Amino acid sequence: MTSPQRFDLIVLGAGPAGGRAALTAAAAGLSVILIDEQSAAGGQVWRKPWAEPAPARADGREGEGLRAALDSSDVTLAYGRRVWSVTEGFRVDSLGPEGSMSCVADHLIVATGAHERVIPFPGWTMPGVMGLAAATVLLKAEGRLPGKRVVVAGRGPLMAQVAAGILAKGGRVVAVVDRMPLTGWLKALPALATQPPLLAQGAGWMGRVLASRTPWIFNHHVAEARGTERVGEVTVASASGDCHVLSCDALVIGDGLVPGSEVPRLLAARMRFDRLRGGWIPDLTADFETSVPQLFCVGDGAGIRGALQAGTSGELAALAVARKLGRKTEPDQGARLRGAFARASRFSDAVAAMLSGRTADVARIGPDTIVCRCEDVRRSEIDAATAEGMHDINQIKHVTRCGMGPCQGRMCGDTVQELVSLGSRRSREEVGAWTGRPPLRPVPLGELVGSFDYGDIPVPEPAPL
Amino acid sequence: MSARYDLCVVGGGIHGCTVALFAARGGMKVVLVERGSLCREASGVNAGTLTMQMTRVALIPYALQAHAMWASAATWLGHDVGVVVCDGLSLAFTEAEAALLSYRAGRRREAGAPIDLIDAKAARLVEPGLGPGVLLAGHCKVDGFANAYLTGLAYRRALIDAGVTILEETAATDVQRSQGCFEVDTMGVPVKAARLVIAGGVWIEGMLGWLGVTLPIKVLVNQLAVTERQRPVMRTVIGIASGLLSLKQYPHGTTVIGGGWQARGDRERGGYELLPDRLVGNVRLACHAIPALKEARLARAWAGLEAETRDALPAVGPVPGVPDAYVCGSVHSGYTSGPYLARLLAERILGREPAMPLFPIDRLLDPIERAA
Ligand SMILES: Cc1cc2nc3c(=O)[nH]c(=O)nc-3n(C[C@H](O)[C@H](O)[C@H](O)COP(=O)(O)OP(=O)(O)OC[C@H]3O[C@@H](n4cnc5c(N)ncnc54)[C@H](O)[C@@H]3O)c2cc1C
Ligand SMILES: Cc1cc2nc3c(=O)[nH]c(=O)nc-3n(C[C@H](O)[C@H](O)[C@H](O)COP(=O)(O)OP(=O)(O)OC[C@H]3O[C@@H](n4cnc5c(N)ncnc54)[C@H](O)[C@@H]3O)c2cc1C
Repeated sequence: MTSPQRFDLIVLGAGPAGGRAALTAAAAGLSVILIDEQSAAGGQVWRKPWAEPAPARADGREGEGLRAALDSSDVTLAYGRRVWSVTEGFRVDSLGPEGSMSCVADHLIVATGAHERVIPFPGWTMPGVMGLAAATVLLKAEGRLPGKRVVVAGRGPLMAQVAAGILAKGGRVVAVVDRMPLTGWLKALPALATQPPLLAQGAGWMGRVLASRTPWIFNHHVAEARGTERVGEVTVASASGDCHVLSCDALVIGDGLVPGSEVPRLLAARMRFDRLRGGWIPDLTADFETSVPQLFCVGDGAGIRGALQAGTSGELAALAVARKLGRKTEPDQGARLRGAFARASRFSDAVAAMLSGRTADVARIGPDTIVCRCEDVRRSEIDAATAEGMHDINQIKHVTRCGMGPCQGRMCGDTVQELVSLGSRRSREEVGAWTGRPPLRPVPLGELVGSFDYGDIPVPEPAPL
Repeated sequence: MSARYDLCVVGGGIHGCTVALFAARGGMKVVLVERGSLCREASGVNAGTLTMQMTRVALIPYALQAHAMWASAATWLGHDVGVVVCDGLSLAFTEAEAALLSYRAGRRREAGAPIDLIDAKAARLVEPGLGPGVLLAGHCKVDGFANAYLTGLAYRRALIDAGVTILEETAATDVQRSQGCFEVDTMGVPVKAARLVIAGGVWIEGMLGWLGVTLPIKVLVNQLAVTERQRPVMRTVIGIASGLLSLKQYPHGTTVIGGGWQARGDRERGGYELLPDRLVGNVRLACHAIPALKEARLARAWAGLEAETRDALPAVGPVPGVPDAYVCGSVHSGYTSGPYLARLLAERILGREPAMPLFPIDRLLDPIERAA
């Protein structure tokens, strides 16, 4: 194995948070590598389109700006690389088209973004059902529609964005099924109005949806999806139980976001459960440093805050690294960024609140519903284990296989923890989180081993006889 | 002051659980004190291989008995731990490995393990998934594996059926002995028992310290990895001559890759970090043995702690100088042999003569301490 390349700073994730962090650090003269498994920077929100050369939309333009700035910076760009191991020191190992790569740095900024939360219902694993994030990838990167007649469901502004995107591409939205009541939106309005451009963007999506006469069904959730080979209809229900059926050929659904905080967990940073921020997040200083010295977490992976604060948090962390390394930074830059971060808080908190998990949503899951789709574990199996006295989430995993599949609980973790908390009457803190282990994402063994000679495998000394 | 229990077992791994089970079935009133939940340390995270070809020669007679116990777990344990009995192969890819294998297989055969040496062609009949390059293989029909993560649930149910009081999430912090009774300190009410078994895995060193006995225990930090589900690619347990590979595919399609490669860890933090080069090394060995594994993706890797005494033989027997106190642990390939050794100790505690000798720790203590 070749010896790792050394940098002042490794940035993991090239969304708004990681992208801005890398740029700020490079501007301060640090040697920086920016790693992302996507083929370009932009992350979830500023994803690079495959087809459209000149994006008309604001988030497209911001993404182009970030990509251009990175291209002309001194940042070493390592796109198309999946990071599978992060260890002390810090050493980061990734796999890409040219095989494996390791790099080391004394400072690491983790900006791995969020996963979507989907609260399970019968039929959620059926073809034609996808997350809002996956639909965004289809729409933004590939310019494709999820279906011809689409039901959009879940909670929060992403529904408006996806529904508007489908309409803009000429698709039909059967209905938007919103878990929140209209009053939820109205209450959030004053906070949303603190960021006029973003409010205008959101209002633009909403306007497009309403102008198309698409019904927006408040205070309802998807109770079931049915179909033979693919979803053909969904039953939507209100909290009080009245139902109706919508015919469709695709269901796009997302019940909020969960921070992707696997790396700090892997490195045993101190974590806490924060419902507003979407789940388990690292304890952070004002500079976004974790309890592990020189390990920083920024953006949605450190708690759901949205793109606005993601970029600022990345810049603040990079400035802190530059200071630690004795680099000169603009004297008022930190104060300016902190001001911007504070001003964005009301807006970000209001959106985060819409996207956070609700116990009542989870309580409603039926006993026969599959909760862990990798291993086909039903709610009733989790409830049975909890009733038998198993209250620790890692123990639940052992007795049910829940969370043992390729997604390693990224998909179901939040729901299962909530179920165990409900069943055992223990707090989410007591129930805990699954232990973080490599690989961060599944990697093919063939790629991991590469080509090798048997004689070069560093086999340790034989065990005693 | 009267003891509430006949026996207190400290540590709920495979050793502690088995002693508690058989002592309770023998009529004793037993309490089991476990810091976390049952079998969530070594006994729940190990590779579950039930093989003679990685067992120490001195333990082969015990491991054969234990293998028979695992194969009939449904009758004595009563709950499923996913045991599969199958053939096992230990491979040699180089001349040096072939020499090591011939010697080791010979010694194990002398101790009673039914191991035959076979050539590559014969090995491929036993395991069609083998890759090229095999020079020689040790073939043993007494092999197999269990699903270690089911151990805790199975024992929990069996212990409850046997009337054992299980105190989980209860860490023992010290032990006093007064008026012929042990008082085990926990964070709450002390647990009083007439007899004591120390079965705390790698933590027995500190526990024996409570009794004034110094027994150094080395901590091994074993690394394991598992693939996602895949089509059937192998049907046996595969190892290599040096013992640094263990490989088997579970009925549901995942393959566990182990062999005792070391990760980072200690008693305080557990096995906290996997080293990428060692993971890649271990996975390379696995793919060299069974090439079709390359089609699968790595789903997860982890590490657990295994205890080792100075001579790498078990610490199973009375604690010298402390009447009615016993230790049970530090058994190499302890998941395989643990149930049998722990049952032997339970026999002894019940006042019966064990069918095979125990492994008392007197041999491992300083002469001065032994004299005192
Ligand atoms: C569908 C959807 C739409 C959204 N729309 C908006 C919106 O309009 N406005 C808004 O403010 N917010 C929106 N959000 C939230 C927004 O995504 C985040 O606030 C923002 O992207 C956070 O930036 P980030 O840099 O923290 O993470 P991300 O943008 O998610 O970037 C994380 C990056 O890390 C990379 N990565 C993660 N793990 C690895 C690994 N192991 N190896 C290699 N690379 C890795 C990913 O590939 C990704 O590029 C949306 C979220 C979703 C899911
Ligand atoms: C990764 C790995 C792979 C392995 N693979 C195999 C294999 O394939 N085949 C095989 O035969 N063997 C294998 N082994 C070895 C085998 O797992 C161990 O020998 C065996 O499980 C040890 O059992 P134990 O009961 O002694 O210890 P443990 O299972 O560690 O149990 C000790 C218990 O004591 C508890 N405890 C600790 N401190 C306290 C306290 N203060 N108060 C109360 N309780 C306490 C712990 O929580 C723990 O539950 C492997 C080991 C590891 C780590």
